[in-house]
Amino acid sequence: MKFTIQVNEGPYQHQSSDTAYQFTRAALEAGHEIFRVFFYHDGVNNATRLTTPPQDDRNVVTRWSELAEKHNLDLVVCVAAAQRRGIADADESKRNGKDADNLAPGFRISGLGQLIEGGIQSDRLVVFGD
Amino acid sequence: MMLHTVNKSPFEKNSLNSCLNCAAEGSTILLIEDGVYGALKGSSIADKVQAAMGKVTVCALGPDLAARGIADKVIDGIKVVDYAGFVALSVENDKVQAWL
Repeated sequence: MKFTIQVNEGPYQHQSSDTAYQFTRAALEAGHEIFRVFFYHDGVNNATRLTTPPQDDRNVVTRWSELAEKHNLDLVVCVAAAQRRGIADADESKRNGKDADNLAPGFRISGLGQLIEGGIQSDRLVVFGD
Repeated sequence: MMLHTVNKSPFEKNSLNSCLNCAAEGSTILLIEDGVYGALKGSSIADKVQAAMGKVTVCALGPDLAARGIADKVIDGIKVVDYAGFVALSVENDKVQAWL
């Protein structure tokens, strides 16, 4: 079965980003396909590679990146939500005249249409948020 | 049928109460995150949860119960599931509605 996952909250702020990760992992382990993970609202904060939690804490950002690499996941960050919160890849950074970019590996920035497409193309859309 | 996920404590927000009022007969309610406090035996909402169990199936996420130290204080008849069980419930039901 195909799933799209929507994440509306940032890491270390609300449990929903952890729950979304655990659900995604369990779905993959059960042999399901994750069509897309869409990061919306504060959920875009899951995509900054500058996140540096203490060594004995989980690293929510690299955990997503590693899962994406292992299973070839499509991790999509909402562009408008990302711009508001200072999440940018090299192209977005240049386009907005900024001096740095911070998008973590495995993530890409795109629009809300990707969420709609995920809802249409998948058998289930599961939302995690506050 | 529909899988309803409730992630708020019933003592903080009204979402479990709203969900219990709206869930159609035969649907499933899964308590996750702080929502698992709704599975607590003897609480002020326990009677309402227990009464609903005639028409809906009530489940709770085991790791979230354990994290809050209430895994052994769950209302009888509530089915405890792990993340694999959460995935299975979202497959069995054709829609998943999050009561955020």
